Amino acid sequence: MSALTKETSPAPAPRPVDKEPVRAGEHRGEGVVLNVFSHGFLAVWALLIVLPLLWLVLSSFKTDAQIGGSAFGWPEHWSLDVFSRAWDKGIGDYFLNTVIVLVFSVPLTMLFGSMAAYVLARYRFWGNRLLYYFFVAGAMFPVFLALVPLFFMVKRLDMLNTYQGLILVYVAYSMPFTVFFMHAFFRTLPTAVFEAAILDGASHTRTFFQVMLPMAKPGLISVGIFNTLGQWNQFILPTVLMQPQSGDDPERYVLTQGLIQLRQQQGYATDLPVLFAGVTLAMIPMLVVYLSFQKQVQAGLTSATLK
Amino acid sequence: MRKGQYRFVAGFLLVPVALYLIFVIWPYIQTFGYSLTDWKGQSQTFDFVGLDNYKALFQDDIFTDAIWHNILFLVFIPVITILLALFFAFMLNVGGRSKAGGVRGVAGSGFYKIVFFFPQVLSLAILAVLFGAVYRSDTGGMLNGFLLKLGIVDADHPVEWLNEPDFVLWALIAVVVWHGVGFYLVLFSAAMQSVPRDIYEAALIDGAGRAQSFFRITLPLLWDTVQTAWVYLGIAAMDMFILVSTMTSGEFGGGPDHHSEVMATVMMRNFLYYGKSGYACAMGVVMLLLTLILSVVMLRATRRDRIEF
Repeated sequence: MSALTKETSPAPAPRPVDKEPVRAGEHRGEGVVLNVFSHGFLAVWALLIVLPLLWLVLSSFKTDAQIGGSAFGWPEHWSLDVFSRAWDKGIGDYFLNTVIVLVFSVPLTMLFGSMAAYVLARYRFWGNRLLYYFFVAGAMFPVFLALVPLFFMVKRLDMLNTYQGLILVYVAYSMPFTVFFMHAFFRTLPTAVFEAAILDGASHTRTFFQVMLPMAKPGLISVGIFNTLGQWNQFILPTVLMQPQSGDDPERYVLTQGLIQLRQQQGYATDLPVLFAGVTLAMIPMLVVYLSFQKQVQAGLTSATLK
Repeated sequence: MRKGQYRFVAGFLLVPVALYLIFVIWPYIQTFGYSLTDWKGQSQTFDFVGLDNYKALFQDDIFTDAIWHNILFLVFIPVITILLALFFAFMLNVGGRSKAGGVRGVAGSGFYKIVFFFPQVLSLAILAVLFGAVYRSDTGGMLNGFLLKLGIVDADHPVEWLNEPDFVLWALIAVVVWHGVGFYLVLFSAAMQSVPRDIYEAALIDGAGRAQSFFRITLPLLWDTVQTAWVYLGIAAMDMFILVSTMTSGEFGGGPDHHSEVMATVMMRNFLYYGKSGYACAMGVVMLLLTLILSVVMLRATRRDRIEF
């Protein structure tokens, strides 16, 4: 709650100040009208973003009857009880499952993606270009094209509804963007440092891990944020791959999947506050990460489209 | 090249290439093969049926209607999102006039950027729950409650946003735009910041107003970025699976009565619910072909001479 309201306190990033003052023009009049107009639009859009989110958080403190009755009532009891109830109803497990998967999948994505990107960017060998396009082409195709055979492939490997199955699939599907971006990044690194390391007798492997990888840190951070958010928010792959396979196979839903599951179980009648509390809990880590690394998150996500 | 180097290169490529082959490339290739069979998924036996699945597909009204819904998304989602994002980006970067008369963003633009981008970090699952509540069909929904306060909606007949055939697609478009504007705003802002400020200041001195500097300077110089945004939004409009399947009624969504069906929901229902794997594969192939055709067409149609600056 307090984390969300923080958003409304104005914290404008410092804007670069114009160095050379240019003559104030005859556009003053137009400027005033337009300023009011444009500020109006911007403020309305900001409200359209913030209000639904705050409203949802507020709703988790209400009772079912209140939620159904009127949209704009104020909660009667401010009790955090509903959050612990949501946690027990599965949100806790969903969180844990997501974290278990990401703790392995993100570092592995970064490791394998960088390794492939590095040799493709810095070594000449037969088939180099072909392999590069082979990796990058994967980003062109909708994931739906692969879903049916992917399901049976994972089934044959006996990895349906297992963490390792989802981890490997996440790593594989994050390859195209990771290779593409890190390839571009490794190409920009200076050759002199690499040659110095080799001359000093470091092996190729050692040069990669101790010299090149640390130099690529800014790129790794951008891609890492992109992959973390992408895998955290992934829904289609776990929906297909993480269904209990038999009666005694436990649920291993990830957070996105679990929220939808919870929503479908609740319908409209039973325990909506729990669902809203669950969504609030799921939003908090995103909000914290976003507000603390705002610049990097924006750069990391938009760099996917640029270039 | 020395032998050790080869061993190093091969060693580094082994795992990534293997994973990628097994889980990405091979399934992609298999889809084409399976789409020519009557495979049902449970059994390992299936027959080759040639193009029968594709023939059935184009006689399947649910699927052909779904294609039209995707096309509607394809037209409106990019246009609305890009226009709003461009307008906001322009306001936040060069819309303001400082006291001294220089060109800069309006006051508080840093704050607006933070708020507008935030939906982008939320998962679509969160959005589905959030907007499910906003669009709720009784007076407890945020939108209905709001319209009730304004006196537009009558308390006995609130609008069933997601159950009205005429509204459901637009309600979904609104969610995508709400989610995407901030992202493209930041993307366009980055591009606008690379445009030298003196171009704007020169235009200002020459007496150009805001509208003129937007259409004569900003838009032409940003064309490449707009084009990229167009392709990305177009690809998103061809997908729409998560929002449709979770927000609308029916198994894997698509309701009311298939009025919000998209290709991806039809495909997933056929695969996971009816078990028609071969048929679902054919749909996957059609989705790929349409996406590819559309990307090429969009890139072609929006081609302009690149302006160097």
